This record gives sequence, C-alpha cells and structure tokens, in this order.
Amino acid sequence: MMDAHRQNRLRALTTPVVLIAILLIFVLIVTATGDKSLARMAAQTLIRVIFVVGLWIFVGNSGVVSFGHAGFMAIGAYCSAWLTLRPQMKGMFLPDLPHWLASAEWPHLPATVVSGLLAALIALIVGAAILRLSGIAASIATFAFLAIVNTVYSNWEGVTGATSSVVGLDRYADEWVTLVWASVAVLVATLHANSASGLALRATREDEVAAAASGVNMYRHRLLSLVISGFFTGVSGVLLGHSLGVLNPNSFYLGITFITLAMLVVGGIGSLSGAVIGVLVLSVLIEGLVRFERGVEIGGASFALPSGAQEILIGIIMILVLIIRPSGLTGGRELRLPVLGGRVRHSKQEPQSTN
Amino acid sequence: MNAVPQLFFDAASLGGIYAMAALGIALIFGVMNLVNFAHGEYIAFCVFALIVPSSDAVAVMFLGKAPAILLIPVLLALGALIAVASEYIVFRQLRNANPVAMMISSFALGFVIQNTLLAVYGSRPKAISLWPDLNTPISVAGASVPLLQLIVIITTLLVVSALALLLKKTRVGLEMRAAAENFTMARLLGVRANVVITGAFALSGALAAAVAMIMVTQTGVADVRMGGQIMLVAFIATVVGGLGSLPGAVAAGFLIGAISVVLQAALPLEARPFRDAFLYTLVVVILLVRPQGLFASASAKPRV
Repeated sequence: MMDAHRQNRLRALTTPVVLIAILLIFVLIVTATGDKSLARMAAQTLIRVIFVVGLWIFVGNSGVVSFGHAGFMAIGAYCSAWLTLRPQMKGMFLPDLPHWLASAEWPHLPATVVSGLLAALIALIVGAAILRLSGIAASIATFAFLAIVNTVYSNWEGVTGATSSVVGLDRYADEWVTLVWASVAVLVATLHANSASGLALRATREDEVAAAASGVNMYRHRLLSLVISGFFTGVSGVLLGHSLGVLNPNSFYLGITFITLAMLVVGGIGSLSGAVIGVLVLSVLIEGLVRFERGVEIGGASFALPSGAQEILIGIIMILVLIIRPSGLTGGRELRLPVLGGRVRHSKQEPQSTN
Repeated sequence: MNAVPQLFFDAASLGGIYAMAALGIALIFGVMNLVNFAHGEYIAFCVFALIVPSSDAVAVMFLGKAPAILLIPVLLALGALIAVASEYIVFRQLRNANPVAMMISSFALGFVIQNTLLAVYGSRPKAISLWPDLNTPISVAGASVPLLQLIVIITTLLVVSALALLLKKTRVGLEMRAAAENFTMARLLGVRANVVITGAFALSGALAAAVAMIMVTQTGVADVRMGGQIMLVAFIATVVGGLGSLPGAVAAGFLIGAISVVLQAALPLEARPFRDAFLYTLVVVILLVRPQGLFASASAKPRV
C-alpha cells in the first residue's frame, strides 16, 4: 500500500512515457505515409518540440517569460556549424575562425553536445545578470539578449558569415534523430520539474514572497533551470541547422520567438504536456494553412488564402486562447497513466493552481 | 566643424525620439501593468497610413499629401484610434488576466498588425519623402544641425511638459497617476477605470504617431520592421528608468540616445556594426547595479 504522496510522485513520472509515446505515434504515422515532405515536416516539428520543451523548463517552472531563447538556438546552431563543416568550406566562407576551430571536423553527436553546452554556458552568464531583475523586467532584458545575439551574428562577417547564409551543413537530422533528442528533452524536463530544485522553482512561480519566506533561493533555482533550458534550446538549434542545411541569423529572431511562444501558450504554459501538445497542434495547423496558401481544389474551383494569412491567423488564435482559455488546451494539467496497485481513494491527486 | 555641439544635438534628438516612444510604453504600463509589445507596430501603422496601399516599391502619398496643418492632427488621431481600438478589442478582455498573459497577447497583437501590413504593403522597404525641407542643415552654435533635429528636441520638450501639466493639473491626469500608483485602490476611491485606461491608450497612440512622423521625415523610408527596433530601445528605456515611472522613462530615453550617439562616435570603425550589442550590454550592466531601475517607483516593490 503506497501513501498518496508517493503515488502522486510515481504518477508524475509516467508523464514522459505518455508524451514520448505520442511523439513516437506521430512519427510512425508520418513515415507510414512514405511522403518525403511530410517526413521533413515531422523532423521540423520535433525540433520545435525540443525547443519548446527547453523553453518550458525555464518559462513553465519559473513563470518568467523569455523572449531570448531563440538566441540560445542561434548559438547552438552556429557552434555546430563551426565544429562539423568541412575545413575547406570554412576556409572559404568563414575565414576568420581561429585555426583549431577552422580545422575541426567533429562527428555529429559530440558536436551537438558541445554546442548545447556552449548555449548552456552562455545561459549561465546571461542568466547571472538578467535573473536578478524582477519577472517582467527580466522578460524585457531577455529581449535585449536576443537583440545582442542577432546583432553580433548578423555582423560578424568572418566568423558567422553575417547575413549571407552558411551553407553545406550535413543534413542528418531526420525524424528519428530528432525523436531521440525530443525524448531526452521530455525526460530531463520531467526529472527537473519533479526534483527538489524544480519544485522549489514552481513554488516561487506561485508566490514569490511566500517561497522566499520558506527559505527558497529563487535566483539560484531560476538560474539552474535557465542553464538546462539553454542546453536543450541550443541542441534544437543544432538540429535545425542539420535539418535545413542552411543557417541565417534572421531565422533565429522574432519569427521563431513568436511561433514557439504561441505553441507554449496554446498548449498551456503550466504543464510539460501543454508544451508538447501545443507544438503538435499548431504545427499541424500551420502545415494545413501553408497548403491552403498554395491553393487547394474544391469541386473544380481553386481557393487560396492570401500569403501572410497564416501568421495573422496564428496570432489571432493565440489571442483568443489567452482570452477564452488562459491556461491553454491542457489547462496546466499533465497527461498521466494510472499507477497500478494500491489506489488511494481519499487522496486529492491534482494540485490546484492558485491563480 | 565643431564636434561637441554636433554630438550634443545628435544625442538630444535621438534621445528625444526614444523618450517619446518610452513614454508611450510607460504610460500604459503605469496604468494597467501591461507591457505593450504592440507599440512598435502602432508606429509602423502610422507610417504606412501616409501612403496608398500597394506592394509597389515606389510609395504614392495618400495621407502624406495633406498639408502639415491637417496631416499632423489626423495622424495623431489615427495613432490614438488604433491604440484605443486594440485596447477595446484585445486588452479589455484580458483586464483581470495576469501581466504575463497580457504581455504575450500584446506580442501576438503586434505580430498580427505587422503581418497585416506585410500582406497589404509587401515586404520591401519603400522610399517616401515627407517634408524633405526639414533635413536642410542650419548652423547653430558652430554645428550644422538639420532643422528636424531642432524640431525633435523642441517637440520632445513640449510633449513632455504638456504631459506633465496634464498629469499634474487635470482631473484625468490625477486619476491616471492614482491608477499608476495602485489601480485597485484608485478604483475603490471612484476613479473611472475605463476613462483612465482609454485615455492612456489614446495618449500612447498619439505619441506613437509623433514618433512615426519624425522617423519618416528623418530616414525617408517606410519599412514594416521599423517599429520593432525603436520599440526594443523604448522598452529598455522603461526598464532602465524603472518600470512604471514616467520621468524615469524620459530620462532613460535621453540617456540611451546619448550613449548610442557617443558609442557611434567613439567606437573604432570595425566595431561600429556591433554598436547595438555594446549598447544593450551596457544596459544589462546598469541593471546589474540598479535592478529596480534608475527611478524606481515606491509601488514597484512587492508588499508582504
């Protein structure tokens, strides 16, 4: 017979199982169709899952919205390009790289991990400064961080290729590689959220003053979650580069910031399941709208949405969700499996959110 | 050529633009704790209202053809209108939501406005000439200064003092200040919430229109993305000044304008493209020293 608390803890650990199963089914359905462009769409979707889960590790647990995570993505993506591109290519397009970097030709996995670690290191440095601010001011400061990254990467001609794109990245990030990384991200996010640090962080989200009075060091827990979060957003950048084969600083700016925030909000900012489901729902919706923009035949007549309609619609959907269902589709709940054996009836399972 | 007065005028006019934009954001934050990311798009909207909708590269003047005496009030009213409309359609529905939800919704609203402009006007920047005579330099204190810079400086001073008078001397101003201090308490004491909030949005939109006119005259370009850049600086100014503090926003706007002009002049040539990166880094350093901003309002601290 388990007590209610332990049972609840155990059930919390079933969340990643459910989420990874959903992602796996998604990939299986897509590969079953055998459609190449759909498979590429699936890989992109899973990359967004990694990004949004990474974003959620910080935003969801701390309640501080970050506009700067696309910056970590850029840092990861370019670092992997430096490490994996063939030396001749780097000599031609990125002449100012230091010698040891210009001659580097790393295998994929170590390059991905090191790029993620670089993003995490930057997160540590930036977070040490930004997270001293109060919530809203910190959000605005993350915007400044995004602008710093974008300015540097758009102008550092000899090292990042500036606004002319870096090309020739090995396109190995297919739907299976991204599925593995997405699963790792979901697992780590669950472990972090249920760790002592994650729980303390969520306490500060609910009530800063009460948490501080209970001896929670908000700054330290926020910083830790930002570092983990920076690692996974960095990895998602690496995979994006190795999925498209092309890098441009402007693909890591406001567009991706907006769309990923929309996914997080639509899914439900309060839960990991919300993050994953938001990405899946909006990605499918966007794919549909993009096809509509190209035009579809219905009963002999062809209809096409005007271009730009997709972004406008997503924006409107996001506002409507915020007005009608502010806690998102999942309402801040996690998807869980029932745990077998010794069900405790009188226990209240779902902690009610207080806002 | 006299370098120091030149720098001074550059700094004061750039700072003036930043200060006006920051004021527009701080007003709304003060009254309803909304970080309005759509503010930059109000500016872009006002710029594009000057020209005929089309995706051609050459802009045909629409409102811009009107004489200044008509154009200025119409554009100010238009800016106020879009701000009030966005409050009525979006933010009023979210009045009891938490500040984070409001912030995200304003980000979404800005995205919607920007993409609507993109769909209507196309993504290419357009050349547009509004009052080109204002860019002719005249000589002041040994520096050659475009007339526009003087106008910007004078306008900023006028706007700031008019706003100060409005806030200090009128009933609506008093209500706004009370609302900025403690909105719930102000309402309990009979402050009319809708009047105050609509007023703040109208003022903020009119400020956006003023910034739009100055930017168009100065740069001669209409670009959908022009709002984003200035909005970011304005936001940073409101944070540096202390969220919710109106004098703080103005002072920080001028400060950032000055830093940016000095950096432009002092940085070596190869580092100049990175000016904004230096600027924002400096801002983060300032915030490290004073996390609550330079002029923190007393109500900014959480009460226990």
